[in-house]
Amino acid sequence: MMIRLENVSKTFVTKMGRVDALKNVSLELKKGEIFGVIGYSGAGKSTLIRCINLLERPTSGRVVWNGVDLSTLSPRQLRETRRKIGMIFQGFHLLKTATVYENMAIPLKLSGVPKEKIRERVEKYLAVVGLEDKRDDYPGQLSGGQKQRVAIARALAHEPEVLLCDEATSALDPETTDAILELLLKINEEFGITMLLITHEMNVIQKVCDRVAVMEKGQIVESGPVLQIFTSPAHETTRRFVNSLFQIALPRSLSRRDDSGRLVTLFVPSSVGETFWTQISRRFDVLPRLLSGGILHLKGQTLGRWVVHFTGEEEEVNKALLFLQDQGVRIEGVMLHAERNRQIS
Amino acid sequence: MQTFQMVGISLFFSVIIGLPMGVLLVMTRPGRIGSNPFLYQTLNLIINTIRSIPFIILLFFILPFTKWVVGTTIGVKGVIVPLVVYTAPYIARLMEQALFEVDRGVIEAYEAMGIRTRDIIWHVMIREARPSIVLGLTIATIGLIGATAMAGLVGGGGLGDLAYRFGHLRYEAEVMYVTVLLLILLVQGLQVLGNRLADRLKKDS
Ligand SMILES: Nc1ncnc2c1ncn2[C@@H]1O[C@H](COP(=O)(O)OP(=O)(O)OP(=O)(O)O)[C@@H](O)[C@H]1O
Ligand SMILES: [Mg+2]
Repeated sequence: MMIRLENVSKTFVTKMGRVDALKNVSLELKKGEIFGVIGYSGAGKSTLIRCINLLERPTSGRVVWNGVDLSTLSPRQLRETRRKIGMIFQGFHLLKTATVYENMAIPLKLSGVPKEKIRERVEKYLAVVGLEDKRDDYPGQLSGGQKQRVAIARALAHEPEVLLCDEATSALDPETTDAILELLLKINEEFGITMLLITHEMNVIQKVCDRVAVMEKGQIVESGPVLQIFTSPAHETTRRFVNSLFQIALPRSLSRRDDSGRLVTLFVPSSVGETFWTQISRRFDVLPRLLSGGILHLKGQTLGRWVVHFTGEEEEVNKALLFLQDQGVRIEGVMLHAERNRQIS
Repeated sequence: MQTFQMVGISLFFSVIIGLPMGVLLVMTRPGRIGSNPFLYQTLNLIINTIRSIPFIILLFFILPFTKWVVGTTIGVKGVIVPLVVYTAPYIARLMEQALFEVDRGVIEAYEAMGIRTRDIIWHVMIREARPSIVLGLTIATIGLIGATAMAGLVGGGGLGDLAYRFGHLRYEAEVMYVTVLLLILLVQGLQVLGNRLADRLKKDS
């Protein structure tokens, strides 16, 4: 465990009044993991990530870094700690008047890294992000994705233990987003850098995170391993985020079939295996019909989510569902109410 | 020529005083790294007060101060003090504006990298603001040339003095025309130079 937030609260006092941006947030980052925080705009995500390196001082609570309470550090010690905590932003935040090389070299120089080392590190990490040929370009000549690569290289050049990413892909198109996420994964694996990733896009969480926390109105409303959160989201907001990934629009006419048989949603993690499908119809006297669904590729595992209509004797259907449950499939009933339907779609 | 001498020396001192004041203004602004509302308001008040006095009045108003600083109130020496008092606050404002435009995100990124504030001021804020700083200084220099002309009144010499003595007192119109022409060329040249330099420093796209 390298970073722990203990009951961190942050209240902004403005002319318009008080804003409780964070309310008693506790969180732990484990060494080597990629932890995601997702929430809608204004949930307090940026405030949270900025509290970790004390860009924002918590109103109350503690930020503990490798056992040390950051607020007890002297300005100099805090600067030294910050060098171990890299940060990248939605807006890249590069020097416009400096080349790619200078953008990486200047902060190193100002941090007191010896000259010979600066060159070596800049070249090493430019290669990691794949921009060796852009070293003499100015940021104005680069695309958004390339700028973010420079920002990542700049952060890596300090050889940090943690990388904080505040909406690092939010300004990028889907393809560039994927490329940057791949790069972050590679960095996590190759250098073992722990990451805290903030986003409002569930597919970012899906692709790279090990654990996730859902934030709303300054609080963490739910958190856990990604697969668990995706399979059994408990909080309303979490459900909405998870559902945003499944384009399951179930026409109302379909739900009417429910009068005979049962309409359910199945959450099928990859651990369940592929044969369950054929096994049901073989073992039980039921007729499952797949109406809609899809497979999500999480980091290192998959999660299927299927809307299925079972016809058959009530008893047989129940037995089949119990069997599925034993296999590790989570089952959620689909109700006919329009409200419930909207949640599913 | 005396005009260049006066402009050069007063510009030098004005920048020495004005640039740090500009930095201070941006840094102490509410919500900034060194937020200090009292210092910020005090600086603002001083700058606004001086800036509201026309140069010709300021020139006479601070005569005692000028005498105290350089020991004389006439000649090149005597005119530099009021020129600096007049120009420094103006430069402070221009620098404040230039520095204020620097993306706060970049400043924050450098804070997050554990860079000292004074290094951020120099290597981030001033560096990134260079194009606007150059443009600001061009404007300030042109204003300074105008003010220098009035310095002729206290025997400062230079173009203003020339125009006043020959053009006004002796009705030698040609001298006046030549002076005006020279001023136009000077200002034009300066502005072109300033714009070019700023463009060179800009680097975006
Ligand atoms: N410096 C500040 N002064 C006053 N209020 C602030 C400040 N920073 C953030 N807030 C308020 O705190 C709340 C949380 O803001 P925050 O930027 O952390 O949200 P966010 O989850 O990052 O949102 P977004 O997705 O839009 O970036 C908002 O209501 C915001 O207006
Ligand atoms: Mg934010």
